Amino acid sequence: MKEIKHVINDPLGMHARPAGMLVKAVAPFASTITVTAPTGTADAKRLMALMRLAAKQGMELTITIEGADEEKAAAELQAFLTANL
Amino acid sequence: MKKGIGLPVFPGVAIGPAVVYRKAQRTLPVSSGDPALEKAKFTAALDTAREQLTALYEKAKAEIGEEQAAIVEVQLLMLDDLDYLDGVNLAIEGGAAAAIAALDTGEEFAQIFAAMDDEYMNARSADIRDMSHRLYDILCGNTGFQLPEGSFLLVAEDLAPSETIQLPRERIMAFITRQGSSSSHTAILARTLNIPSLVQSDITLETADECQILAVDGFTGTWYVDPDEETLAMLRAKQAEAAAARNALEQYRGKESVTRSGKKVLLVANIGCPEDAVDALKADAEGVGLMRSEFLYLGRNSLPTEDELFEAYKQVAETMAHRPVVIRTLDIGADKQVSYLGLEAEENPALGLRGLRICLTNEEIFRPQLRAIYRASAYGNLHMMFPMVASVWELKAAKALCAKVRKELEDEGYPTKDVPIGVMVETPAAAVLANELAKEAAFFSVGTNDLTQYTLAVDRQNAKLGEFYDPYHPALLALMAHIAKAANDNGIWAGICGELGADPKLQEKFIEMGYTELSMAAGRILESRKLVCESDV
Repeated sequence: MKEIKHVINDPLGMHARPAGMLVKAVAPFASTITVTAPTGTADAKRLMALMRLAAKQGMELTITIEGADEEKAAAELQAFLTANL
Repeated sequence: MKKGIGLPVFPGVAIGPAVVYRKAQRTLPVSSGDPALEKAKFTAALDTAREQLTALYEKAKAEIGEEQAAIVEVQLLMLDDLDYLDGVNLAIEGGAAAAIAALDTGEEFAQIFAAMDDEYMNARSADIRDMSHRLYDILCGNTGFQLPEGSFLLVAEDLAPSETIQLPRERIMAFITRQGSSSSHTAILARTLNIPSLVQSDITLETADECQILAVDGFTGTWYVDPDEETLAMLRAKQAEAAAARNALEQYRGKESVTRSGKKVLLVANIGCPEDAVDALKADAEGVGLMRSEFLYLGRNSLPTEDELFEAYKQVAETMAHRPVVIRTLDIGADKQVSYLGLEAEENPALGLRGLRICLTNEEIFRPQLRAIYRASAYGNLHMMFPMVASVWELKAAKALCAKVRKELEDEGYPTKDVPIGVMVETPAAAVLANELAKEAAFFSVGTNDLTQYTLAVDRQNAKLGEFYDPYHPALLALMAHIAKAANDNGIWAGICGELGADPKLQEKFIEMGYTELSMAAGRILESRKLVCESDV
């Protein structure tokens, strides 16, 4: 299992657009990817679940990645978060 | 130039482009009975929706800008949301038609987002509804009703209440319908919006389709298609004259409504939704005498939640601040049937299960509304009244439920205020029993539209009965005098919230009878104040 921590930098928080991009980014991976915010936990492949976290700027997200392609997924996810959230 | 006539419901002149509203040609969304087939239909609809939204996205990006395009993009992403797809598939497996499954699942998610404690996410519920309605429309074979940019005059065969509330009211310059009566919902809306309108008009939809410019003269009840220069000049002159008359009324803004002999009258507005409250204040209303609470129940597929109702009432309470606001509890049934309530079709809905009768027989419908009213009471000066009361026991039963609901809320820690409870007097039985009801009620408000139809046994939706629907009938006026006297004898106030409250031929008579509150379309407040201030009664 891999774990990534990321503090949200986007002033709007994890609004619909970055949440949608995150879903797209993780869709190709077989691993189970879970996002935990102070407001709750969501499957990273489910857009509305992510949006319901209503995660704001400054909140820390913990992302766990578990599965056969977890190494590759973690690396791409890290790059995605830095660039987009 | 072509011209014709109609029954005018609000004076004024409008000139502009015409839009013809036709009911969507829908195939009924009945399930084929085969979940696999419904799922295939849904998958195909997803593809169509994706194509439509992608095209819209490109158009928005090229023509409007990145921000609008992003809104469309979010809907595109939502189309593929696994939770949404799971929900739809589950509903289809449970026997639902693809169209209904798409719509209902969307509504479920929309309500979850609407209830979140996050303003940005609340607004996303509109995106979800938009997306699921798109799928529904595709599955029903509906190509949709497209409105042009800018303002227009709307022509229709007839308009249902749920249709009128979905229209962009600020862009409508006039209604012209082929059906409807002067007390139909279109007419009421026209008076709320202060727009000249005709009902029972002889214009054909085909004529309106072909016209470049449509004009309505709400003084004479005439419509003109492509008016000639001379007619246009005449209409523009009338328009200017009407504007000047409106300006002359401005001197009554902010004045107290008192007759020369010192009788104080409260001039308040009838509203249908929170937006109307803002218009009421602009029109200088001294409060709200009738908030029709049906708007939140119409044009949707499930009951509104307590929180949705609460937000709406709170918004009105806060907008009106210290001014009194009378909320009429749910008056559904009759001409405003709502499919999700599962009410059986009735031979005679005007005499059927409606108003307080539905509320007393279905507590699960009534209770959320009462809870929402008491929760909102902390934010303003709220009153409530019950429609369709015919017996004292009905009022007592509803009051008992109110007391129970308020106690529960207080136990749960919600702040509440006293909410004076009144009766909307609109059945002849309630009018005759006014003395008995006055001992249980905090106020009366006479709903003259229904009281007229029930007293005279004349259906107000039936255009052919126009001449028999006589609001000046002596039987009606005798009942009205009795109601006011009973109120005064028992130390409570009485008002009028039907169309008659704004009738300049009767207002003085009503004040003489002892009515101290007149509630009307917001646009009539200033002219009524002029009449009151110039009256000797």
